[in-house]
Formats: sequence, structure tokens, C-alpha cells
Amino acid sequence: MSGPNSDYDPVEVTPLKADEVDAMRAAAIVAIEDAKDLGALKQVRIEHTAERSPLALANREIGALPPQARKEAGMRVGQARGAVNKALAARQAELEADHEARILVDEAVDVTLPWDREPRGARHPLTTIQELVGDVFVAMGWEVAEGPEVEAEWLNFDALNLGPDHPARTMQDTFWLEPADGGLVLRTHTSPVQARTMLTRKPPIYVICPGRVYRTDELDATHTPVFHQVEGLVVDRGISMAHLKGTLDHFAEAMFGAGITTRFRPSYFPFTEPSAEVDLVCFVCRGQAPAVADCRTCKGEGWIEWGGCGVVNPRVLVACGIDHEEYSGFAFGMGLERTLMFRHGIEDMRDIVEGDVRFTLPFGMEI
Amino acid sequence: MRVPLSWLREYVDLPGDVTPADLAHRLTALGLKLEALTAPGADVAGPLVVGRVLSYTDEPQKNGKVIRWCQVDVGPEHNDETGSRGIVCGAHNFAQGDLVVVSLPGTVLPGGFAIAARKTYGHVSDGMICSAKELGLGEDHEGILVLGAALDDSVKPGDDAASVLYLRDDVIEFEINPDRAYALSLRGVAREAAIAYDVPFRDPANRDVPAPNQDGYPVRVEAPDGCPVFATRTVTGFDPAAPTPRWLARRVQLAGMRPISLAVDITNYVMLELGQPIHGYDGDRLSGPIVVRRASEGERLTTLDAVRRTLSAEDLLITDDSGPIGMAGVMGGQTTELSEHTSHVVIEAAHFDPVSVFRTARRHKLPSEASKRFERGVDPLLPAYAADRVAQLLVEHGGGTIRPGVTYVGAPPEGRTITADVDLPARITGIDIDAATAVANLRTVGCIVTVDGETLTAVPPSWRPDLNDPYDLVEEVARIVGYDKVPSVLPAAPSGGGWTAGQRLRRRTALTLAGAGYVEVLTYPFVGEGDWTGLGLPEDDARRRTVRIANPLSEQEPVLRTTLLPGLLKTLARNVGRSQADVALFETAPVYLPGAEQRPARILGVEQRPTDQEWAELQAAVPHQPQHLAVTLSGAREPAGWWGKGRPATWSDAVEAVRRVAAAVGVPVEVRSAVYPPWHPGRCAEVLVGDDVIGHAGELHPSVCKAFGVPARTAAAEIDLDALLARAVRITPAPVFSTYPVAKEDVALVVDAELPAATVAETLREGAGDLLESVRLFDLYTGEQIGGGKKSLAFALRFRAPDRTLTEAETAAARDRAVALTGERHGAVQRR
Repeated sequence: MSGPNSDYDPVEVTPLKADEVDAMRAAAIVAIEDAKDLGALKQVRIEHTAERSPLALANREIGALPPQARKEAGMRVGQARGAVNKALAARQAELEADHEARILVDEAVDVTLPWDREPRGARHPLTTIQELVGDVFVAMGWEVAEGPEVEAEWLNFDALNLGPDHPARTMQDTFWLEPADGGLVLRTHTSPVQARTMLTRKPPIYVICPGRVYRTDELDATHTPVFHQVEGLVVDRGISMAHLKGTLDHFAEAMFGAGITTRFRPSYFPFTEPSAEVDLVCFVCRGQAPAVADCRTCKGEGWIEWGGCGVVNPRVLVACGIDHEEYSGFAFGMGLERTLMFRHGIEDMRDIVEGDVRFTLPFGMEI
Repeated sequence: MRVPLSWLREYVDLPGDVTPADLAHRLTALGLKLEALTAPGADVAGPLVVGRVLSYTDEPQKNGKVIRWCQVDVGPEHNDETGSRGIVCGAHNFAQGDLVVVSLPGTVLPGGFAIAARKTYGHVSDGMICSAKELGLGEDHEGILVLGAALDDSVKPGDDAASVLYLRDDVIEFEINPDRAYALSLRGVAREAAIAYDVPFRDPANRDVPAPNQDGYPVRVEAPDGCPVFATRTVTGFDPAAPTPRWLARRVQLAGMRPISLAVDITNYVMLELGQPIHGYDGDRLSGPIVVRRASEGERLTTLDAVRRTLSAEDLLITDDSGPIGMAGVMGGQTTELSEHTSHVVIEAAHFDPVSVFRTARRHKLPSEASKRFERGVDPLLPAYAADRVAQLLVEHGGGTIRPGVTYVGAPPEGRTITADVDLPARITGIDIDAATAVANLRTVGCIVTVDGETLTAVPPSWRPDLNDPYDLVEEVARIVGYDKVPSVLPAAPSGGGWTAGQRLRRRTALTLAGAGYVEVLTYPFVGEGDWTGLGLPEDDARRRTVRIANPLSEQEPVLRTTLLPGLLKTLARNVGRSQADVALFETAPVYLPGAEQRPARILGVEQRPTDQEWAELQAAVPHQPQHLAVTLSGAREPAGWWGKGRPATWSDAVEAVRRVAAAVGVPVEVRSAVYPPWHPGRCAEVLVGDDVIGHAGELHPSVCKAFGVPARTAAAEIDLDALLARAVRITPAPVFSTYPVAKEDVALVVDAELPAATVAETLREGAGDLLESVRLFDLYTGEQIGGGKKSLAFALRFRAPDRTLTEAETAAARDRAVALTGERHGAVQRR
């Protein structure tokens, strides 16, 4: 270190030699570039920029130079230090990025390892299909009505124009409850909910009634004594079969996809007149030749039987206290097991009934 | 109803190119639903011919059988150079010179059974002599079919046997709805076919019949309400051995009935043709006049099916001096049955009240071809025609004489008139149907129609007892216009309220459990004594009070469930049995609780709305059916894995399932220990909402696990879901919470082992006061360090003030108050 030197001739003094400063700068840059990691770079930083580094020392020398030499030397050393610092910063950023990248590589895991610690659950498709049906109709402003499964015989039969001597009463294999004259049955269809609705609400009535029903069938591949239906009922002014058709077409498309419409065939139900069976365009072959010939879902018919429907028999309106001159209505009903079976290609009713978790799990929470 | 098309074509001129499928399709569109389409005999091919047995030798075989080696003349076209063919036959019911049916090599018999020449019993058999069964002509397989001289006198060897025997036909089977009773006959189906193709219909009932007189078999109707019309005709001198013509027997068979004898086959034939059930009595076994009356209670009758039946006072009977001889419209009696010796037949064709026949058939569980028709409604004008048709056919094919006596008692019911607005069909169907079309279509189905301004009046035809109301006319008009013409118009419902709160909450609880790893199941509600024993319910347990099914599918499960657990445990056992070890199930379903006093649900009238009181009483008579929610789980709740050990499902999972569900619907619940079967007495929690117990959760009693075949330590919970959801707050008020820093204090308390942790936590909460934000048990320790009969409970306390940062002194003071109160109340000692 040297103090101010004012008594020599500045012209005679050799300013800090340009080549020496350049060499210092070059040595620093090389060292920076050679630094392999952040530790090495830290060492380089000390060696080439700290107080004892050649450039720092050179910088200190500048003050000792004659005034006329200071400017040039200052500029040269300043540029050198600037270049070194810039190179340091760049290398620092580079090495930090490398370091972070390496950490991420080191932290890599086998993402295919299973994490089946949390057990999976699922809803039964028969419940979710009831909710799906409800959602379709609620979206149109309908409401979802419910009723009891142990039901008054009068509501299950008589109020629906199935008098005590109606032949259709034996067509439905009813579970009767004790005592024999107690007037109670396990409902054979969801239709008593219609009667309950008409007895407790005033028109306009737009309700959908999904629920569990009972008939004395033994369980086999296509029958179960406990099954589910969904029933729709509308009572309003000016209601006709056209509204029934429109509703079922919409319902079919919502359940099975665009273009799946319905057709009616004349039929008989005591609670509707006129009555119809409703068929769906087979949503597998879509009724289109030649696929229809081999279709297992519709057995080559192009249509699938879906349910029954019709105009509410005015006798039912009378029993439920609705003015049949002012109002008319329609009703429809279909089996949900059947709907589920052909919608999802289920071949055996017992799969739906038995509660094997391997059947239910793939359906998840929604269908 | 099975309809052979060859028969149908007798009454309707169907276009020649109509295929059975097209006919079935069009009739389905009119309301006769196609059940099945078959073509019996269609698969018969090749040389199936008539043969004459020229000679045979009986050849005993080593296996004990005796076969016949026959030389059969099968006509010049098929005979070999010897003028016959050699055929081995196992049957012996024929003689030299008999005509038989031979399936020569190359023949295909019904069912695709191909015949070839084959070597058997030391001969080459050139085909087979056929039995009736092999020809698809019934079940008779006792011997071969021998063609009778009387029936087949113009038949000769070499004739095509398929046409001799009427083997080929097309048969459409329809499912006939209860309102279309007239279609339970060829007459009715032909009428519909004529409408479908707009071609003429020839009514087989359109025949001249002699006027009634006093000389017929004497009949007295003492119950005219049950029997408006009773007609008889009598045939005498009839040949009891006369065979049924092949065409007639074949038609009866193809229509689904078994040919029996000429007289019986003819009564069945006419019933199928016209729809009028007919009964034939052996005239020699009748004694005295036929009397139609109600039975006396307990009276006995042995019906044709050889069952001795005890009659009820409502049953309508046919009787003679000997007593009951038939159950009117349902089944005849044995004593006057037509037999193989009958040559004197009294033919009954009557009209019986549908309700009376329905009740008798149902009471005696005796559905018959006759009752099926009567209970749905038969054309009341038919008896005279039907009796006449039977008599004519009998003498035509069995000889004898139709007696001049014609009995006709009573009169058919008057026709009804129905009035309706002419635009009703258009209004109700939504199809553009003008008045002229409506009237024309009603006339097409046989109504007599008059129009007065905007009103039409229709008199339905005699064969349509189902037409009573204006809407019935709408259906008739609509089905002829075509249901395919109904336009599709979506009605606009008024805005609704969406799913109800209860429905949404139920969906939420199910989603919550499914999200927590439970799989939903739907089980049957049928249970029995074995379930109660399995659950270990005491005799006086409320759950044993049940609603009982009068006609259960299984005598072991005759009642409806009051708890979901039996079904759930059986489903768990089924899953475990199928090697799913780790299973968690849930079910939401009603239970069925009989009322304290069982009052019957009355059968109310249908002519008007029930009164408010009637309606209230009806609803009160229906058992309470609250929704329950139950879970069960066993095996591992968390499996072991590469992360470490697994965790078995325990009582605590069942309790947590309930807590989760309650939290999902925002209802605070508490639990406390309880003793309640079927749970383990030391591992059962009762769940409370406020002061009300709404369910139980925990580990099942070991004996229950054994009884239901589920793994030991299976856990379960069941709650009254309705009770829980009823407490859900409709609009939850938002909580107020502080944003100042929290102060945390942990305390470990040594208490008696029996003291519930929840009680200690509650005391801490009370002692700490308002500054306490939360208390959470984070550790439970028992062991030597703290001594026997004791346990250490470690709680994390969090303190926070709403308006300031708490000082250490404030926090410590609150903590000390809390600890002190546990010491005071429970003798708790703080562990340092």
C-alpha cells in the first residue's frame, strides 16, 4: 500500500499497466467460468473481488497515480471490476439454477407407487339413477314426491281405479300385511304416491316419484321381489297425450343421449285411459340397420320396452278430489332396474341386488 | 292367446302377401301385444310321407327289447325296387296294413332332427316311423302315430304327411290386456285384423239359430244376477269313439290346448273361435233340471281336476237333483263329465257375471280358460250361437241328432250409451282429429254413433263391455288413428322448489359416507326370528314389534325390518365369503314400525275425495316408516403398504362414520357409552343430539359376529336418519372468530381409567372459560409410569381473545383454572 505521492513528475509515472489490468480481468473471468459449484464460485469471488484481490489492490493504487493518469487507470480498473462482477452474477445465477434443478432431480419419487391407504367408497347405481332422474325433472320445475312403502290398500289399488274385483288386481302379485283385514300392503307400484300427491296438493301438479316397490316374485336373473320404479304425474289445464310424449322424449334423451326418442303402443292400465306402452329407440344400435339385426340389447327389434303411461283416468281424479272437467293429466312409470340394466349392460338382476362391492365400486358417485 | 293364421284367415281376407310379422306388428299397433311369433312345422323338410306297413317280423334282441323289422310301402316315388323300404321300429302299436308316417332319409323333423339311413339291430333302417311327439303333435310318445281309417280314408302311401297332419302353420301369440277380452278369441283377433288392413270381416257368430222353445233341457236360474243368460242344446246318438278331425285337433293344439276327445275338443274349438266358454254334460248322468244358484256355505264339489272343493256362499253353482255339478264359469264337476262312453251331450253356453266368476276363481285359486274369459267380460249375445255351433260340429263329426229342444233362459243385459264431446279425442290425444274421423273410428270398432251438435252418443257393441266412459272412446279413436300420430310437446311446468331440504340432506349423507370409503348397498327388508336371535335382542326389545307379511316369500323371514343391521351384516358376510376381506358398507332405508294400536286402514269410496277425517285416519293407520342409516365394516380400514403398517377397522370407525354424517349436515352430536344389543357391551356408544338418543355405534358383540358369519370385531352403527336430519339447521348462522394470535398450552392429566375422555374435555372447557378456543385430546397413555387403574390424557388447549393478544399470564391462568377444575371434579393430577 502506498500513500499519495505528490512529488514525482506525473508524466514520468507509468500508469497502472494496461496489460496487467487486462490480465487480472482475464484471470478472474476464467476462474469464474471454471467454478464448478456455488462453493467454488464463492472462493473465486473472494480471490478476485475481495479486498486483497489484485483488482482491488490495483484500484487502491489509482489514488497514488498522478492526476493526469488517474482518469485512464480508473476507467480501466473500473471496467475490469464491472466485467468481473457481471460474470460473477451470471455464473452465480447459472449455478443456483443448476443446484435447484439437481435438487428436484434428487427428490424425484416413483409416482407409480400405490397410495391405496384411503379406502374408496361408492353409491349404489340404483340410488344415483333415482337422483339423476330427479335432477332431470327438477331442472324442468317438477318436484320429487315420496310416499311410504307399507301403504294403504286403498291408495295402492282402489283410488287408482283398481277396484276389489278388478282383474288387474291379481295381475300384480301383492304382499299383503297382517292382519288380513288391516287394509295394508307393500306397495306394488309407485302409483300410490300419485294419489297421495293429488290428495294433498292442488293443480298444477308436476311431480316425479322414484321409489322402492314390491311384488311376490322370487329373485332370479330378471326378477326381484324388491325393485324400484319411477313414476311421473302431471295434472294441469289442457294436458294431452302430446305433453306426455314430449316429456318422455325429453326424459329419454336426458337418460340415453340425443336422438333416443320414444314410441307409444296401445295398452291397458286401470289408472290411465288412453293407456300406452312406451318404447325407446334402442340406444345401442339406434334402430339402424344393419346393426339392429345383431343387437343384443333390443334383440333385433330396434326398440326397447321402457314402461307404461297414459292419460290419467278421470275416475282417479274423482277419487282424489280433482275436478276432471277442468283438469286433465298424464302419468308414466318405468322400472329402474330395467332402465339401469340396459343403460349399463347389466345382464343379471342379482348383481344389482346382492351388494357385492365389486359391482358397485366402478359406478362411483354419479352415473 | 295363440292364433294360428290358417284359422284366422277363415274370418278375414288378409292380403296374400301379408307376412306374420307384419300382421303381428299392425295388431300390436292396435293394442294386441305381440308375445311370440312361431312357425310350427316350418323346419320340417324332406320326404316325410305316409306309408303302409306291408309286413314285419318281431326280432328279439340281446338287450331284452323286441324290435320290428318292417317293410313299408312309401309310394312309388320312394319305394326301392322291392316295392317298399325296410325300417326298424321299436314300437308295437300297429298292425300289418296300417298307415303310418315315415321319415325317410333326408327328412328333417320338428326341432331340426335330421333323419338318415343307419345300421341298427343288424339291418339298414331307411328312416323312421314317427310318433306324434316326434312330429310336434303333442306329448304322445307311447307308440307310433297310426293314421286312422275314419280320419284319413283318402290318404295313400307316398302322400306328403306334413299336409295330411296339418304340421305347418304360423302362430302369433298375443298378450291380451284385461280390457280386450274379446280378443281372447279368433273372432276378436280377426275383427282387429280386418281393421288393420281395412278388409272385410266374416263374423263366425253370424249364423241362424233356432228360436228358443219349451222342449230343451229344463233349466232354472235362481241367481239371475250371477247368470243373466243360460242356453242349452242337446245332441243324442253321438258316437263316443269318433275321432277328432286332424285339422280341428291341430288348431286346438296350436292355440295352446290339449286335444282330448271329439266332444271336448269341439267345445274348446268353439270357445277359441268365439270367445264363449262352453261346458258339455253327459246327458245320461244328469238327473233332473239344471238349477243355477249360489252355494250354501260348506257345500262340496269335486271339480274336473279331481280336487274336492269346499264352497262358499258367494260361489255360483250349476246343480241338478244330485247336487252341485259345476262351478259356474270356472270348472265343471266330475260326476257329469264327458267320458269315452258319452253319446248324449247337453251343451251349456251361458253368460256369467264377471265379478262372481272372478271371485270364485280367485277364492279357489282355479284360473281356467273359461274363468279367464268370463271375468274379463264375454259378449252376452253369444250363448245361443255358440251352443248351436257346438251342436252342429258334434253331429258333423260324431254323428247323432241335434234335439229340437232349445233352452234359453234370461236375457242379455241392455246396451249402454256413452256421451262425449266430439272434440274430446282431439283434446285428450293432442292429435288433430276431426269429428268425422272420431265418429268413423268409433263405428269401425262396432259402436252405434249419433252426433248432436258438439256431442256424440255411442252405444258400444255387445263384445265391448270395457267401453263405459268418454275416455274409453278416446282410446278407441286414438288407436285407430294411430298412436304414432301423437305429437311431441314438452309442457311448461310452473317453477318448482327443487329437491326438498330433506332430500338434499339425504343425498349429502350418502355422498359423505361414500367419500369416506363406504360402499352403498340396498338390501331386502324381510327378516325373521332368526335375525332377532342372531342380534341377541331380548324378548321385550322394541325392535321385535314388527309389521308382519301375510304371504311372505320365506317363512323364515315373515316380518319387515325394524333395524337395517341384519341385511347389512348378511351382505357383509357375502362379500367376505367372496374373499373381499376389507369391506365398509352403508345403507339408507326405512324401517317399519307398527303403531301402538293397530287400526285398520279402511277401504274408502272412490266416488269422491275422502273427507279430511277419513284421510287423516287413513294416514294414521299406515305404520311409521322412518329412514335409518347404518354402516358396517370389517377387515383393514387402512391396508398395510410400502408406507408402513395398516390399521384395522374398529369400533371407533363406526362412531366416526356417524360423526361425519352429522357434521356433513351441520348437526352437533355427542356420544356416551351404552349397553345395547347387538353391540359389544363395553364398546358401544349411543349417539345423542341434544338429549335424544338417535342411534348407536361401536363394535358388535362377538356372538353376533358368529351368528351372522362376519369377522370378529366387525363394527357397525345405526341411526334414525330422520331424527338427525330434523335437527339440521335450515340457515346456519356464520361463526364469529378472532384474528388475534393463538396461545397454545398442552396439559397431561392422570385420571381413573374408567372416566370418559369426553367428560374430562368438557370439564376443561368449562374451567378454561371464554378464552378457550378449542380442546383436543392428542394422546392417551396407560402403563406402569402412572400406575394401575389410571390413564393419562394429553390435551392441546388453544386460547384466543376476540379483541387482543393474550398475555402469558392470562393464558396460564386460564389453563390453571381448567386443570384445577378437573382435579376438583375428577381427582385429575397434572403430569409434569
